[in-house]
Amino acid sequence: MSTLQNISTRIRRKWAPGHTIVLIVILAVAAGFLPFVKMGLVVNGVFLASIIALGAIGLTLIYGILDFANVAHGDYMTMGAYVALFIVAGVIAAIGAESQGLGPFTFGYPLLIAIPLTAAIVALGAIALDAVIYRRLRNWRVNTAVVSMASLGVAIALRGLVQIIWSSDTQNYPRESRQVFHLPMDVRIPPDNIFIALVAVILAVAVYLLLTRTKMGKAMRATADNPDLALVSGIETARVIRWTWVIGAVLAAVAGILLAVFQAHLVPIMGWKFLIPLFAAVVLGGIGNPYGALAGAFIIGVTSEVSTQWINPSYKPAVAFAIMIAMLLVRPRGLFGGQG
Amino acid sequence: MDIISYAAGFAIMAGIYAVFSLGLNIHWGATGLFNIGIAGFFALGAYTAALLTTQPPDPMLFEDFTFGGNWSEIGFLDLGIDLWFFLGIAAAAIACGIIALAIGYVTLRLRDDYLAIATLGIAETVRLFFLNEKWVANGSKGLYRIPKFLGDLVSPENYDYIYLGVVLAVLVALFIAVELALKSPWGRVLRAIREDEVAAEASGKNVFNFKLQAFILGAVIMGIGGALFAHNVRFLAPITFDPLLATFVIWAMLMVGGSGNNRGAILGAFAVWGIWTGTQFLPGIFEDPNFRFFMIGALIVTVILIRPGGILGEERRMAQTVKD
Repeated sequence: MSTLQNISTRIRRKWAPGHTIVLIVILAVAAGFLPFVKMGLVVNGVFLASIIALGAIGLTLIYGILDFANVAHGDYMTMGAYVALFIVAGVIAAIGAESQGLGPFTFGYPLLIAIPLTAAIVALGAIALDAVIYRRLRNWRVNTAVVSMASLGVAIALRGLVQIIWSSDTQNYPRESRQVFHLPMDVRIPPDNIFIALVAVILAVAVYLLLTRTKMGKAMRATADNPDLALVSGIETARVIRWTWVIGAVLAAVAGILLAVFQAHLVPIMGWKFLIPLFAAVVLGGIGNPYGALAGAFIIGVTSEVSTQWINPSYKPAVAFAIMIAMLLVRPRGLFGGQG
Repeated sequence: MDIISYAAGFAIMAGIYAVFSLGLNIHWGATGLFNIGIAGFFALGAYTAALLTTQPPDPMLFEDFTFGGNWSEIGFLDLGIDLWFFLGIAAAAIACGIIALAIGYVTLRLRDDYLAIATLGIAETVRLFFLNEKWVANGSKGLYRIPKFLGDLVSPENYDYIYLGVVLAVLVALFIAVELALKSPWGRVLRAIREDEVAAEASGKNVFNFKLQAFILGAVIMGIGGALFAHNVRFLAPITFDPLLATFVIWAMLMVGGSGNNRGAILGAFAVWGIWTGTQFLPGIFEDPNFRFFMIGALIVTVILIRPGGILGEERRMAQTVKD
């Protein structure tokens, strides 16, 4: 018995994050080989999932460490997408270096410059908002729902700001149409999606390394696990919180840009609407669990994409919502456990 | 179109918003339930009342929906006092109550913010449903021909005044009901849950049941507000229920007026709706609806940071023996 338990704990420890995700991806692709599932939708779902994952990892870290549902997370994404638009179509174009159609992609190298710049700007913004709003609320020790409420105000104000500066019309990064890659099994991949997946993987690995290999990451995981215990063990909570905002905002900003590339347009409401899949992924994976969020993102992304085979595609958010509700009924703490 | 009729139109909308604000006050003000999907209950209430009372679709008008209850035309519901109107409101309230029961049953056992996520999801699902299922409510073309209270008995130019009377009567009735409910021992338990759930549970209260009741009651009131809205604008399309005017503004109203205080909820509705509609006449940046959008968010944050109780704040309630 004890050996059995030993083995099972060892497997769980060894298997935990990376392997589970690999397993889910393999399962998803295997599902694509089922005769009644279109492989193209599965592949598309994986790309969508990589964007959901970036948003959800940040959201779940904020959720776990700062202990509130950041309703403004979607609007951080919107902000990222529009700041990048400003850099690409405003600043860089003004210098006279307008270009699009880099290699096989629809966008040009300005977007590559814009991504890190935008991430830095949005991260600074997030830290500023924390200093002005959230830090005070933390010091007052208000109810977590009040903090979420404040983030709702931030969400509205941010969207208003986006609409003031960039209008509420649909916009786009400068783009050149490009041939999609044709693969067997009727899979069509726009080259941009490969870029999206690449950026998402790089960032996910970076966050993974940060969380597992650095002292700050260890402190963050400890705080997410048990904030009080972390505090009494001498972890500097203020720094942990600052880094959480930086990571969350960077991931959100990049996710926003990638979403704009993925759907080939920007609208101010894009981030608010994306909250549903984001929260669904977070709940699925267990609140405060970044690996869970990653796995949850894959489940939500692939399932909602595959569902379009039978259901009207505009119901995708409703499908994500339904999966989340089903999860809450069966396992409220999520697939991998988290703060219940 | 003079000042008085403008004022009547304004007061109708503010009164309808006040109904929502009262409902939200039960959710948030009294119980601490974070509902960010008011738009879902708004739409559900409005569409339920509209579909039950509107005439069946007219093929000549290329209408796609299949069912119109036509209550406003059926004689036995008339009874001389337009009973159909109130039956429609009741049906809207029941529809919202049922949805609230389902959502609350799943999420209210869990941590607080799951409810927020679920209400967000249900609002979007309701919107998508009415947008995509054209056979239900005519999709994006929208429902029009929604009947008027008292039908053709009132001339169109006087309808606003009559309807204002209806809205205010409903509002006052709801205000008294909610006030009594929140002052009762039942309301005291809700406040206890808001302040400290564990303590409430420890003193033998079934926290889940009380939360569920409060969530359903608030949703029922929102359904009534939706029905009142439907017979006022008499045109409904999914775009009517975008989060800004169907959720965010109502939050700003409650926060500004004073969450936890029913008078504050009503005051906030009139104040914020006054700011919202009034500023559009101001020159400069206020003309930009996007600036007013921004303002709503900034208002919520400012109230939380500077005056968490809003204008009126919650009345302090103490047992007689504790006073002095």
